Amino acid sequence: MKKIIELKNISKSFDGEKVLDNICLDIYDNEFITLLGPSGCGKTTTLRIIGGFETPDTGDVFFMGDRINDLPAHKRNVNTVFQRYALFPHLNVYENIAFPLREKKEKRDVIDQKVREVLDLVALKGFEKRSVTSLSGGQQQRVAIARAIINRPKVLLLDEPLAALDLKLRKDMQQELKNLQKATGITFIFVTHDQEEALSMSDTVVVMSEGRIQQIGTPVDIYNEPQNAFVADFIGESNILDGLMLADRLVAFSGQKFPCLDSGFDKREPVDVVIRPEDVDIVPEDKGMLKGVVTSVTFLGVHYEIIVDIDGFKWMIQTTDFVDVDEHIGIYLEPDAIHVMKKSEYSGLYGDYSSFSNEFDELELPPEDWKEDESAE
Amino acid sequence: MNKTAVKGRRSLAQFFCLTPYSLWATLFIVVPLLFVAYYALTDNNYHFTTANLTRFFTATSSVGDTEVRTYLVIFFRSLRLAVISTIICFLMGYPIAYIIARAPAKTQSILITLIMIPMWMNFLIRTYAWMTILQDTGILNGLLAKLHLGPVHIIGTEGAVIIGMVYDYFPYMILPIYSVMAKLDNRLLEAARDLGCNGFGVLRRVIFPLSLPGVISGINMVLVPSISTFYISQKLGNGKFYLIGDAIEGQYVANNLHFAAAIALILMVILLVCMALLQRLANSRSAV
Repeated sequence: MKKIIELKNISKSFDGEKVLDNICLDIYDNEFITLLGPSGCGKTTTLRIIGGFETPDTGDVFFMGDRINDLPAHKRNVNTVFQRYALFPHLNVYENIAFPLREKKEKRDVIDQKVREVLDLVALKGFEKRSVTSLSGGQQQRVAIARAIINRPKVLLLDEPLAALDLKLRKDMQQELKNLQKATGITFIFVTHDQEEALSMSDTVVVMSEGRIQQIGTPVDIYNEPQNAFVADFIGESNILDGLMLADRLVAFSGQKFPCLDSGFDKREPVDVVIRPEDVDIVPEDKGMLKGVVTSVTFLGVHYEIIVDIDGFKWMIQTTDFVDVDEHIGIYLEPDAIHVMKKSEYSGLYGDYSSFSNEFDELELPPEDWKEDESAE
Repeated sequence: MNKTAVKGRRSLAQFFCLTPYSLWATLFIVVPLLFVAYYALTDNNYHFTTANLTRFFTATSSVGDTEVRTYLVIFFRSLRLAVISTIICFLMGYPIAYIIARAPAKTQSILITLIMIPMWMNFLIRTYAWMTILQDTGILNGLLAKLHLGPVHIIGTEGAVIIGMVYDYFPYMILPIYSVMAKLDNRLLEAARDLGCNGFGVLRRVIFPLSLPGVISGINMVLVPSISTFYISQKLGNGKFYLIGDAIEGQYVANNLHFAAAIALILMVILLVCMALLQRLANSRSAV
């Protein structure tokens, strides 16, 4: 695989506040890569540096081996689908899409043919003369994509392109974007704060927090083998417990010893233990490896989400069997349900559901008009 | 509570809220306009006539050996000076509006205040100030003499009249353009750069077309008052450039109200047509 973009030791501050801290990232040809992280993690700034809208304070950006730090945006073979599209309101659909071709002074019939081709690709045939302001969100999205790929860039940058769409449309567009990427062979660099979106679309996921890359890997790796408590918590739900590695494939937590599949730690090394809610088996109390009391039950359609108090630590467990509040249950953990991580600066910050409520989760979602990195504007 | 009751109450409230404005508009806008039309279309005995209107188009006087249509000559002279002033205002105002709109928010408000400060001073005083600057023995020539540069004769020329017009109406060009530009979404400019435009391309293909509404209203706000101005030409042109505003004033002062009203009415109709055309042009451009 060919490296197409290389970020080397990129740092960037706005008004003395460090937004990117020594970012190193290789992006390969024909890859669908997602920068994933909460608001303010630096993912949009990273994208803007690749697009040429910001220059890094330190570090270098390489495009197919050439250093492009000082190459202005209009000379880069990279195009962007902007957050909330940034379509030109004074131009119709056709002219919006033809915009980059007119700048290159292409011939009339060439423009015409290319615009029709790309309109076909994004399923917007017959919309040529429509005003962009009369289009729905999903249609505007398609125009923005068509406009960005008509020049056949090597790399397409997508800045939270689906954030303003409703759930159903978002799911459809995810699939379409994925298909488009395969059909065109353009490298997609996708920015999102939605972990589900990241997992379902990407070849590679880059998890970022506080201006640093926390983990780079395939969606399966990121989910199954999170490198630290931040990643484990941000991607899906996790119970994260303090543990002690007793030997290879044997870990202690919650006062018990558990066989696991992890090895290569120091003897008696303190570790973080991640257990996904769906990997916990509920058994009768006397047969459990650990015992606890159910403190809350939420019905979520596919499964119940229950909170269980085990020696004062609240676990989240997802189960299809109904258990009632105040019921005493036992839990059973298969060795492959347990994932052991090295301690990190994020240890102890995440993975305890004692203050858990669904409302809290919703509050964490950014509002519609939310914009990352205000200072970058 | 049913809907009609709410609706009825609201329109009643609207009526009471709007009454003072409606009264004001009727009393000070509609009624005077009707009076102007009435005077324009009557003679000294208040009998209907179109003589005043036709006089505007047909009255002649001799300049040297040639007969010219007096008021048409005056009108086109006014139009020419006003258009030149408007073009100068636009050429200087557009870049300034752009620079202000791109500046940090704090700088923006300072710059806008600086632009507006001269507007706080009386227009006559500003014109007198220009007299003292431009006079043959004025401040400008004093400065030039100190630099051992020859004296320049500006006062009493068309140039002086244009300087006065540009100075007086300049803020009216900047402000509407600025207010449109300040609202431009920065992402549109980034999108244009992303799609291959250099700085000039962004200006030509995105900023200018999107700022057209501001440009149109700027042009209106400079062209209309400068075409009908009379004071500037009297003071800075030494009365040598008789403009349409001077004609109206002259007829009015001579107690020739009916003809003054006729000139005013014709001027108003011509300006309205010009503005409608401009607006038309703007709409068709933005609908592309």
